[in-house]
Amino acid sequence: MKPAKFEYHAPASIDEALAILARYNGEARLLAGGQSLVPMMNFRLARPNAVVDLNRIEGLAYVEEEGEVVRIGSMTRQRRLEFDPLVAAKLPLLREALRWVGHLPTRSRGTIGGSIAHADPSAEIPMVLQALEGEVVARGPQGERRIPARELFHAALTTSLAPLEIITEVRFPAMPALAACAVEEFARRKGDFAIAAIAVVLLLDGERCTKARLATAGVGPTSVRLHDAEAVLEQKGLSEAAISEAADKAAAQVDPVADLNGSTEYRRHLTGVLTGRAIQKAIGPAA
Amino acid sequence: MTEHGTPYVGRSLLRREDRRLLTGRGQFIADLELPRMLHAAFIRSPLAHARIRSVDLSRAAAAPGVALALSGVELARLLPPLPDTQLSLPSKWTSRVEHEFHNPQQPGLAHDKVRHVGEAVAVVVADSRYAAEDAAELVRLDLEPLPAVVSAEAALAADAPLIHEHLQTNLFGAFSMGKGDVAAAMAGAPHRLQRRFYHHRYAAMPMECRGVTALHDPRTDSITIWSATQVVHWVRREVAAILGIPEARVRCVALDVGGGFGLKGHVYPEDLVIPFLARRLGRPVRWIEDRHEHLQCSAHSRDQLHDVEVGFDDDGQILALRDKFIVDCGAWNPIGGGVPYNTAAHLTGPYKIDHLAVSARTAATNKVPNTAYRGAGRPEAVFAMERIIDLVAGSLGLEPAEVRRRNMICAEEMPYRPGILYRDGEPIVYDSGDYPGALQKALDAVGGVTVFRQRQQEARRQGRYLGLGIGFYVEGTGVGPFEGATVRIEGSGKVYVSSGASSQGQGMETIFAQIVADAWRVAPDDVIISFADTAGIASGSGTFASRSTVNVSAALHHANERLRQKAFAIAANLLECAAADLELRDGGIGVVGVPGAAVSLARVAHAARPGWDHGRPQGIEAGLEETYYWEPPTVTWSYAAHAAIVEVDREIGSVKIDKYAIAHDCGVVVNPLLVEGQIAGGTAQGLGGVLFEDIVYDREGQLLAGSLADYMVPTAGDMPEMVMVHQHSRSPLNPLGVKGVGEGGAVAPPAALANAIADALAPFRAEFNTTPIKPEQIAEAVRQAPPA
Amino acid sequence: MSEIREIRLTVNGKSYQGRCEPRKLLVDFVREDLGLTGTHIGCEHGICGACTILFNGEAARSCLMFAVQAEGAELLTVEGLAKGDEYHPLQQAFHEHHALQCGYCTPGMLIAALDFLATNPAPTEDEIREGISSVLCRCTGYVNIVKAVAAAAEVMRGARQPNPAND
Repeated sequence: MKPAKFEYHAPASIDEALAILARYNGEARLLAGGQSLVPMMNFRLARPNAVVDLNRIEGLAYVEEEGEVVRIGSMTRQRRLEFDPLVAAKLPLLREALRWVGHLPTRSRGTIGGSIAHADPSAEIPMVLQALEGEVVARGPQGERRIPARELFHAALTTSLAPLEIITEVRFPAMPALAACAVEEFARRKGDFAIAAIAVVLLLDGERCTKARLATAGVGPTSVRLHDAEAVLEQKGLSEAAISEAADKAAAQVDPVADLNGSTEYRRHLTGVLTGRAIQKAIGPAA
Repeated sequence: MTEHGTPYVGRSLLRREDRRLLTGRGQFIADLELPRMLHAAFIRSPLAHARIRSVDLSRAAAAPGVALALSGVELARLLPPLPDTQLSLPSKWTSRVEHEFHNPQQPGLAHDKVRHVGEAVAVVVADSRYAAEDAAELVRLDLEPLPAVVSAEAALAADAPLIHEHLQTNLFGAFSMGKGDVAAAMAGAPHRLQRRFYHHRYAAMPMECRGVTALHDPRTDSITIWSATQVVHWVRREVAAILGIPEARVRCVALDVGGGFGLKGHVYPEDLVIPFLARRLGRPVRWIEDRHEHLQCSAHSRDQLHDVEVGFDDDGQILALRDKFIVDCGAWNPIGGGVPYNTAAHLTGPYKIDHLAVSARTAATNKVPNTAYRGAGRPEAVFAMERIIDLVAGSLGLEPAEVRRRNMICAEEMPYRPGILYRDGEPIVYDSGDYPGALQKALDAVGGVTVFRQRQQEARRQGRYLGLGIGFYVEGTGVGPFEGATVRIEGSGKVYVSSGASSQGQGMETIFAQIVADAWRVAPDDVIISFADTAGIASGSGTFASRSTVNVSAALHHANERLRQKAFAIAANLLECAAADLELRDGGIGVVGVPGAAVSLARVAHAARPGWDHGRPQGIEAGLEETYYWEPPTVTWSYAAHAAIVEVDREIGSVKIDKYAIAHDCGVVVNPLLVEGQIAGGTAQGLGGVLFEDIVYDREGQLLAGSLADYMVPTAGDMPEMVMVHQHSRSPLNPLGVKGVGEGGAVAPPAALANAIADALAPFRAEFNTTPIKPEQIAEAVRQAPPA
Repeated sequence: MSEIREIRLTVNGKSYQGRCEPRKLLVDFVREDLGLTGTHIGCEHGICGACTILFNGEAARSCLMFAVQAEGAELLTVEGLAKGDEYHPLQQAFHEHHALQCGYCTPGMLIAALDFLATNPAPTEDEIREGISSVLCRCTGYVNIVKAVAAAAEVMRGARQPNPAND
């Protein structure tokens, strides 16, 4: 399957890219890593009039620390993040989640910004953004704004980004040194999209859990935070009973969409199972 | 023979074909560039079942770069359709087995109706594939939807919409066979069990899709076709017949083929349309199938529903077996009754079952045609038989391995006649083998049953679920009707070999060089293997059904023997001695016991030539070439036991294969390294089939598995290590004593895994009688389990 | 802007030039315009890995890139692995361990394995299985591929050892 014709632009700056997007008035697509866009174009399911290639813009790939925030350029390759020492030190949850994202060759090209903007319901990076309460910096004709994770993911494959906005940076609060975290995922084959995945970050203080953040992938139109489950852990601690209750709450909260890979009930069931396992895994080494 | 006299046969020689394949210098069909070549793209039906009202090609024909646009209606005026069945059953079968067949003839392009999503209705040819696809989008199809038939049972219901009206039925075929008196034996059996087994639709999914390139030579009015096919002679035969050209003017060549597994083992409409277009346009035309097309127009397989009843006694001895099954054949039936009959003939497998009744029906549905894929009907049979024998064991509280032993034909009973016919019309004779021995070896290779049961108990106490499953099959290999080999000693002294067989990765350039090197006492590098070309030999069958090593080695044996006699006569003339005093040695022929008295094969070839001053004795005709067509008396029987230990995650339902062992017998082994490669590849396909791969159609006949994102070919991370042990029961049916190995690996894994998973979840009394077995089903079976 | 573009790039250490539409996939450009048909197409949707090449030193699926994106890039394809007649250790290991049958996935498998070993030179068997799961093979069942990659890794580690004679 060969893609349909398109006009190709490789701007040298974000402003130039924005200007091109404006000219095409919604009929142009941004090309970041291409791992999601190009298959759709090859199937001719996506047939943009124009492709705006972001890969020639310098200065969009970086991993930096600014106080308690880790700033990552939107065009930073997933592969680079996988091996980055700052990510390993300050965002271990992201590093763990990246192991589940596709395969090494897809991570060579796939970008953190592209994954977030694509907002696949089964993708791991949006889940991490939720769990770590990160935000994106978006630039548009009106200027720059920050969109926190909880306001970003609206529906499957849809973010709250405006049509003429481009993500330039992804920001995460650095994880506290003593944070416990884990990702539990079930996919049919290694590297496939998650049928269900749970990311957990816990701040522990003895037997107590002072802060719990749990987020999902694959079990709804978007990644969501499991607030009820978080509340159980924060209020009742980390006993087996509390974990079990948190898992039940997690399963009750999600709204999975059925497809060939799993029914609604199965995905709901997996949510409960993986929540329990993820929490156990996170506290495991500390126990 | 090597210099030290050890034969090449039996050694794990590294492959000669590797060099080009490892360095990117292979030549697959998509790599062939011809001057002025054009590119075709087919327009394929988006509906499962519809009447074609009109096909408007006007915008497509006018699109940039387009040389031609052609619809099915036009083509039907110019070309007859494909024959109704390409793999005919011999009269020995048709005269002895109760059957009916109604097979339609598929045209090159659909013209009256479309009968499955993906069926081609038109073709455009342009200066690039990109331009052809652009033009293809401009074709306007006016289709009148008809109700889609998406299950075999629905197809055979009285009020089912007809897929081929002129047949007045959706029944492509039916047959029944058996032995003894099943009704009486079943009635008299102390116990009976009935189950329904469904073996789902999945497919070969070779990494290389199909492709055809054709070139018409106006000077000689001949056509050369390069096709990623397993059956070059069939392609030549059909193209010649349908285009109305003598076979002598049609040549078909298969280049490097990236996997076939049966899927590339028959003639497809594209094999006809592309040559037709090349002749019409006077320029070479190429069509390379893309993966999306492949899923919706290259053959699928399996898809059988079995209703089985078994009668048995208190010891688990099976007294009677009845199987009524239906095959979902899709919209056309190019292979005919061969695959379903394989199912019937292989059903009882290694077991002694005196009373058997099998009846089969093949139904037309609005899906891609169902043909042969690695196993070709055997996996379905083995799934039913191996599951039911586990259920028999379970109902009696006996070990499944023990019940198998009690029913198995023993080594002492060989050769054994089950009393039914093979698809070649011959009574089946299991010629040699030790089934219980293989079963024991496979079980030992996974640690043995007793040790396992202890592990299993211990694991259950920890809330973990381990299971042991067996899959045992026997396989008729080396089926006829024939295969030929041409051997020629050429002027250089090298030995040239050609045959109707062709390789899609099996390593034929290596194994046949080993065989011929031994025959002529030359080095394998001095053997030129030139297969996969109709110009090389007049008649050929092709490579499918695990038949090439058996049949080609036998043909080679006879061709070599005749040629050797002639070569000796000539050498005797040159050396002025008796032929009886000669032996083959060191790339030549010499007098036994007299080291200096020898002539090279090159010298003998030179002497054999026609013309003045040749070196042949009186009565010996010119030339040093023999062609022999081997017509096997019948099939020779390979077999294997697969044993799997799995761990099931009862909450998620995922299955991890802890150990997987195969105890395999393919008789004399030409190249152990390559044989193990075949077993491993087949096994991975079988495991993929039962755990991951699934061709799903919806109620409207829309194919939901439209890409490799949906159709899950297992990755390295999904496949287990495999332990292999071998037995070698030499075949008495061919000179080398070999048996076929290509398919076997894929036959047993679905049964072995289903049995292992059921064994793991025995506390939940879950049965797994359908494939695929997906985690969701397993998790569901656990949750639905009846209280203990 | 959909007109023909000029592309200059380096492949296997050699400079190449070509011209094509922006929509032409990199894999098609490499195969057709550069005549390097060793890289194969198996799916055109980024799953099978047959089209894997090294793009600026990292494995990437060339069916998911446009040729125009390779302007100024350095590519390594299967044709660039051997040094003259001398196999790369991965090729040698694949040969010795019968890690290929039809050969269609092999170019992608070799490049994917090469890149994987660059990130993990001393992998366990499980890590190898995971590391090569980006390329699908239908013939081998992966058994021998895993053995070959392990063997090649050992040779490649050995080749990197400082020569004691030089100490």
